Amino acid sequence: MKTFRQIGAVTLMNLRSLPQRLGTSAVIVIGIAGVVAVLVSVLAMSTGMLKTLTQAGAEDRVIVLRNGSASEMGSNLGRDAVRLIVDAPGIKRDAEGRSLASVETLRLVNLFKQGDGTEVMVTLRGVGPQVLGVRPEMKIIEGRMFRPAVNEIIVGKAAKAQFRNMNLGDQITTRGATWTVVGVFSSDGSSHESELIADAETVNGADQRGGFASVIARLESPQAFQKFKDALSSNPALAVDVSREREYYERQSETISKVISVVAYVVGGIMAIGAIFGALNTMYSAVSERLREIATLRALGFGATAMVISVLVEALLLAFIGGAIGAALAWLFFNGHVVGTTAGGVSGHLIFELTVSAQLITTGIVWACVIGLIGGLFPAVRAARLPVVEALRAV
Amino acid sequence: MKYLPLIWAGLWRKKARTIFTMLSIVVAFLLFGLLQGINQGFNTVVQNLDVDRLYVTAKTNLTDGLPIAYASRIKAVPGVRQVSYWTYFAGYYQDSRNPIPAFATDPVALFDIYKDLKIKPEYLQAMQRTRTGVLINEQLAAKYRWKLGDRIPLGTSIWTNKDGSNTWNFDVVGTFDSSDLGGGFPGFYLNQSYFDEAAAFGRGTVHYYIVAIDDPAQATAVSQRIDALFVNSANETRTQTESALAQMQLKQIGDINFIVNAIVGAVLFTLLFLTANTMMQSVRERTGELAVLKTLGFSDGKVLSLVLIESLALCAFAAATGIALAATAFPLLKPIFGNFQMPGIVVAMGAGLALLLAFISGFAPAWRARQLNIVDALAGR
Amino acid sequence: MSALVTLRNVTKSYTRGKQKVEVLHGVDLQIESGEFLALMGPSGSGKTTTLNLIAGLDQPTGGEVEVSGNRIDRLARGALADWRARNIGFIFQFYNLLPVLTAEANVEVPLLLTNLSRSERRRRVQIALQLVGLADRAKHKPNELSGGQQQRVAIARAIVADPTLLVCDEPTGDLDRQNAEEIMNLLKALNRTQGKTIVMVTHDPRAAEYASRELHLDKGKLAKEEVRHVA
Repeated sequence: MKTFRQIGAVTLMNLRSLPQRLGTSAVIVIGIAGVVAVLVSVLAMSTGMLKTLTQAGAEDRVIVLRNGSASEMGSNLGRDAVRLIVDAPGIKRDAEGRSLASVETLRLVNLFKQGDGTEVMVTLRGVGPQVLGVRPEMKIIEGRMFRPAVNEIIVGKAAKAQFRNMNLGDQITTRGATWTVVGVFSSDGSSHESELIADAETVNGADQRGGFASVIARLESPQAFQKFKDALSSNPALAVDVSREREYYERQSETISKVISVVAYVVGGIMAIGAIFGALNTMYSAVSERLREIATLRALGFGATAMVISVLVEALLLAFIGGAIGAALAWLFFNGHVVGTTAGGVSGHLIFELTVSAQLITTGIVWACVIGLIGGLFPAVRAARLPVVEALRAV
Repeated sequence: MKYLPLIWAGLWRKKARTIFTMLSIVVAFLLFGLLQGINQGFNTVVQNLDVDRLYVTAKTNLTDGLPIAYASRIKAVPGVRQVSYWTYFAGYYQDSRNPIPAFATDPVALFDIYKDLKIKPEYLQAMQRTRTGVLINEQLAAKYRWKLGDRIPLGTSIWTNKDGSNTWNFDVVGTFDSSDLGGGFPGFYLNQSYFDEAAAFGRGTVHYYIVAIDDPAQATAVSQRIDALFVNSANETRTQTESALAQMQLKQIGDINFIVNAIVGAVLFTLLFLTANTMMQSVRERTGELAVLKTLGFSDGKVLSLVLIESLALCAFAAATGIALAATAFPLLKPIFGNFQMPGIVVAMGAGLALLLAFISGFAPAWRARQLNIVDALAGR
Repeated sequence: MSALVTLRNVTKSYTRGKQKVEVLHGVDLQIESGEFLALMGPSGSGKTTTLNLIAGLDQPTGGEVEVSGNRIDRLARGALADWRARNIGFIFQFYNLLPVLTAEANVEVPLLLTNLSRSERRRRVQIALQLVGLADRAKHKPNELSGGQQQRVAIARAIVADPTLLVCDEPTGDLDRQNAEEIMNLLKALNRTQGKTIVMVTHDPRAAEYASRELHLDKGKLAKEEVRHVA
């Protein structure tokens, strides 16, 4: 088709003359690279945080909290309630017929970061004896599991890497007890790796605080959820909230996720506007440098469409390169970068890795192309609408 | 400045290009003003926190709480003017999606310590008379349309009432204005005495002691005295100034400083390219004109200055606009940060950066203009 | 007898890449005050180079260039710029007006280098524009003026600082016959009634007829000399 051939010819001419415009072209590339790098890096925080949290949630696990609790930390279940929950139908049982449920209690402990020694509040989770059956992804990678009724704890992999005093044999002080580290565990890279774990009854015994925070149970199958939930809701002695574990963690991270997204898109948006001006600058300059050439082509019969598309293609190409560079920079500098925050949707310090996912990279490149398109549109139209006679006379 | 027409002529040679470049600079400095402003704002707010207020928490972790009996012992410490406390109640209104960060306290002492809180004395008196009374900040009251005399039920997932329920009933006896202290300041207070009476467990424990001291210079000394009182007991304390506490909390959220500086750095770096390119293009196009100026007798140095001043005019004007825009956004942040203005240091930083930008992007083109050989330039070489 | 401009055995060569190009091979000439001199010659003869040397835009490789008793070949770049500002008015083939400035702002540019007050500068600009007959076009931008008008603005700019010498490089090169005549008449009038010394490089024999003397250059050396007295 004639139009396509025209477009192809003009675009190729444009691109071949690109080396002459290296300076101005660099402006689009660098400007857009900046936008994408910042956008992707900030969003990587959210992505990484979400990943760590949702890793903790398994398809076939449920979490039961006191009704009205905003989070595990703010929930308080009595011993009687907990007994009823653990016996409910729908929970998987082990070979000996015991419920695979862990009755858990939470405390916050002050630990110090390695490096600058910043003090942070870290979660100490007291768990039930069935914990390894409930959480099969939890594996002891160093030392051994704690013994019940003794002040022993195991520490998560990430906690060990980030905090002082986490080596085997080290001791941690809490209200009412001193604990010895006897093992290190991994948990599929989930948020639990930022925690310290001990026996629930021992934790409660140390500071005499009654009550439990939650019951984590493994279902017979993901489909058994409704059966379990109904059994609990229909029991008048219980006032609880039942959720799939994954949903619970997704809800917990909602707020902070939103905050990060807002920051990312506002900052990214403002930068994008700046980049659009830069792109407009570059493309207008590209067009005006070749006014005579464009006018000649138009005089020779090349259509307006070919002109517009060729300019847009050039803008898109440069934008794409910029976006790719920006995403690559974000990935290079920040992917896998470990950070910790207390604002991570759980009460204790949450350690996670910034994650530059494929989805983020795609988002970045899409933004880049949109910027390039907008920046190229007006100059493209100008190239098409240029009064030929005037341009041929232009010095 | 008699050379103004020349500088003007240089800037507006290509209207579109100058406008786009200026807009980019405005946007960049708007972002700089906002981000760095918030960042420095945090630092300022934290530093300005009263050094005549100390916070005492349990050494093992604040959530472990301290016995209420400590109150009189702390008050007796030399240098202490007043002592109040907060016990975190954590309620919700109607539904756990409406969390109400409520605190049990000794309201008279509390309002004596926080002089920035504005309240009518009769409300405080009513609070003392009414066991189930609550004082609510005006923003929160407006949000849920609570009025004086209303009876409000709060649900809680932690504290069971002695009657076995999750629900606590409160009577609104007064409102107060905490806008000077920002949106994060606790806005719902109940009487500790009611809490102690009605709670099934957790009685007699508070989470924070807030201590007003006579002389800010004595802050460290008084802190040490307080901690010494309880050392080696079952409930050891840690006392720090409000400022130190705030800094600690801020630090735990993340290295905001680094993030802001990284973003601002990226923005300014990309901007540098744009501006440098614009200046370079501009000078290249005006080779002939610059040669003419030299012909007319403008010295090499004058021509260099002209280009640099052009760059400066461009950057300074646009940067000032960007920062001014950012400054206008600050009052809008009052609900979150309290009394918050763009810190002066940010304006100074912005000015410095604008100068740097102007100089770096303008130098190469200015030098090029300076070195122009008249004869070659006129001949088109 | 002291002439206004004296060139003694002036040579000029350029280095183009690795090659050394000799443009002038020892030129001797004198220009009297009040003269209207036309420098002519084929392309590459060195006439523009000679003009540039007289105007202080360039410096000779060898020999002496003396204007009003000053050895301008000895001045440093900064001093030369200063000297040009006070002594030379330059008129180009392509006018070279600053496109963003109005006619009167363009004419004012040379005066920015002086210490004159703003009102004094304005006054002189007015006079200059009147002299070239464009007082009514003072606020127009170059792109609103015809070629001939632009050249006249350029001439106004050249004379506004009352220079010793007017130097013109192909002043009519870009104009049609009628405009060219107008410009040459103007130059002639400036020479006759204002006593301005004018040195003009031109291809155009018709333009040269307005001059009082013609000099021809060929391959960097003066060729024939023709003196013309205009009645």
